[in-house]
Amino acid sequence: MKTLKTVWHNIRRSPYQALAAIMVMMLTFLAVSFLTFLIFGSAKAISYFESKPQVTAFFRNDTKQSDINELETKLRDTESIASVKFVSKEDALKIYQEQNKNDPLLLDLVTADILPASLEISTVKISDLENVYQTLKSSPLIQEVIFQKDVVSTLTSWTSALRRVGLVLVIVLSLVSIFIIVTVVGVKVSQKKEDIEIMRLIGATNWYIRWPFILEGIFYGFIGAFLGWAVATVALLYSVPFLSSFLKGIPIFPVPLLFFAELLLAEFILAGILGAFSSFLAVLRYLK
Amino acid sequence: MIKLDKVSKKFGTGTLALSSIDLTIENGEFVFLVGPSGSGKTTIFRLITRELLPTEGTIIVNDWDVAKLPKHKIPHLRKRIGVVFQDLKLLLDRTIFENIALPMEIAGVNILEAKNRIEEVLEQVGIAEHKEKFPIQLSGGELQRVAIARALALSPDIILADEPTGNLDTNTSWEIVKLLSLINQKGTTVIMATHNAEFINGLAKRVVSLDKGRLISDEKKKKKTKEKNL
Repeated sequence: MKTLKTVWHNIRRSPYQALAAIMVMMLTFLAVSFLTFLIFGSAKAISYFESKPQVTAFFRNDTKQSDINELETKLRDTESIASVKFVSKEDALKIYQEQNKNDPLLLDLVTADILPASLEISTVKISDLENVYQTLKSSPLIQEVIFQKDVVSTLTSWTSALRRVGLVLVIVLSLVSIFIIVTVVGVKVSQKKEDIEIMRLIGATNWYIRWPFILEGIFYGFIGAFLGWAVATVALLYSVPFLSSFLKGIPIFPVPLLFFAELLLAEFILAGILGAFSSFLAVLRYLK
Repeated sequence: MIKLDKVSKKFGTGTLALSSIDLTIENGEFVFLVGPSGSGKTTIFRLITRELLPTEGTIIVNDWDVAKLPKHKIPHLRKRIGVVFQDLKLLLDRTIFENIALPMEIAGVNILEAKNRIEEVLEQVGIAEHKEKFPIQLSGGELQRVAIARALALSPDIILADEPTGNLDTNTSWEIVKLLSLINQKGTTVIMATHNAEFINGLAKRVVSLDKGRLISDEKKKKKTKEKNL
C-alpha cells in the first residue's frame, strides 16, 4: 500500500515526464493494435478465398450461345468439377446494378452489352483448379480467366509485406518506449539518489528500493496500452460500415467482443513486461 | 558486542584513515569516541555498518563477521544497528512520523505494531507534538531527536551517534546526551562520536581517543564535575 502511495506520489511530482512516457507507450500499443487487426483480418480474408475453389471464365463478346452451352456441358461431365454456373450478360448487369444501387451515375453508364457473359466453376479439390484454369485459358472462346489462387497469392504477398512493415514499426516503437521510460525513471532515480542512499543505510534491500520504480514503469505501460487499445478499437468500430462495403462478401465483421478483450489482456501483459523491464534497466545503474 | 581486530582502512586516494585499531565494546556499554576532525571516528562507524570494507583486520558485530558478510545479509546487519548520522539524513519530503516509520516500513513491520512503536519513541525523545510536521519546520535540536527516534525505531542492539551535538547550543547538546544516556541505561550499546570535552569530563563513561587514524587512549573517565542529573 505504502509502495503504491510512493508510486503515485512520484508520478504526480513530474506530470510532464509521466505524460511523455504514457504517450510513447500509447503510440506503441496503437501500432500493436492495428497490426493485430491487420493480421487477423487478412488471415480471415485469405482463408475465405482459400475456402472457395473457384475459377471465373469470361467469354469473348462475339461468342455464340451454342458454343457456350457446349463448353458448359463438357465441363459438367468432368469428374473433378463440383459445379458450373452460367452468368449471362443480363445476369452480370443485374449483379452490377445490385452492387452499385446507390450510385445512379455508374448505373447509367453501363448496359448489358459491355458486360461479358461468364462461367463460374468450382472444383471438388483446390488442387484441381490449376487444370481447369489451363484448359479454359487455352479455349478460343474465353477472353479472360480469373483464378482465386491469384487473388490469394496477391493478398498474401501484400499482407505479409504489411505485416513486416508493421512488425518493424512495433519493434522500433517498443525500443523508443524502453529508452523513454529508462530516461524518465532514470531521472527520478537520480533525483532520489540521496533518499535511496539513506534507505540503504538504514537497512533497505535493493528490491525494497526497486519496487516503486518498477511499478511506476508498469503503470506507464498499462495506461499507454489501454489508451492505444481504446483509440485503435474506436477507430476500427467507426470504420466498420466503410470496411464492410469495401470488403464485400468477406465475412470479417462483426468482430467478436471477446477478440477486443483478449487483445487488451495481451497488451496489458506486454505493457507490464515492457514497463517493468525498462524501469529495471534504469534502476540497475544505481543499485549495483 | 563489537570487536575491531587490527583494523586498517586505506582509501583509494592513498589516505590512511585507520591504522591497526584494536577495540572491543561490550553489550550495554556507553562509549565516547573522541578525536579531532579526520581522526577516523566516522570511518569506524562506516566500517561497523559495512558502508566501507576494511583494508585489513576483522570486525565482529554481535556474531557477524562484518567484512565477510554476504551482500544480501547487509540489510539484516543494518537493521540491528541504529545510526544517528552527522548530517542526520532525514527525508525532507516525509513528515516526522513517516521518517521514523521508515526503518519499520523497510523491515516490513505490521502497520498497527509500527504505529504503537512510533508513538512510543516519539514520546521517549520528546517530539510527539511535531509528528505531523516536516523536517524543515523543526529546530536543530528537534531534528537531532528525530534522527535519534528513527535510530531507535527498530529497538536496535547498538546505537552509533556521529557528532549528534555538532551544531547545537550547550543546553540542547546536554539534552541530547542525556537522552542517549537514558537509552543506554535501558540496555542499548551506545557509541557517540564527539569532540566536545565538556561531555567527556561531565560523564563517567569510557572514552576512546583517536588521532590521525590511531587509537591513542582507551580509558574509563572519573567524574570531574557534577554529573548533570543523569
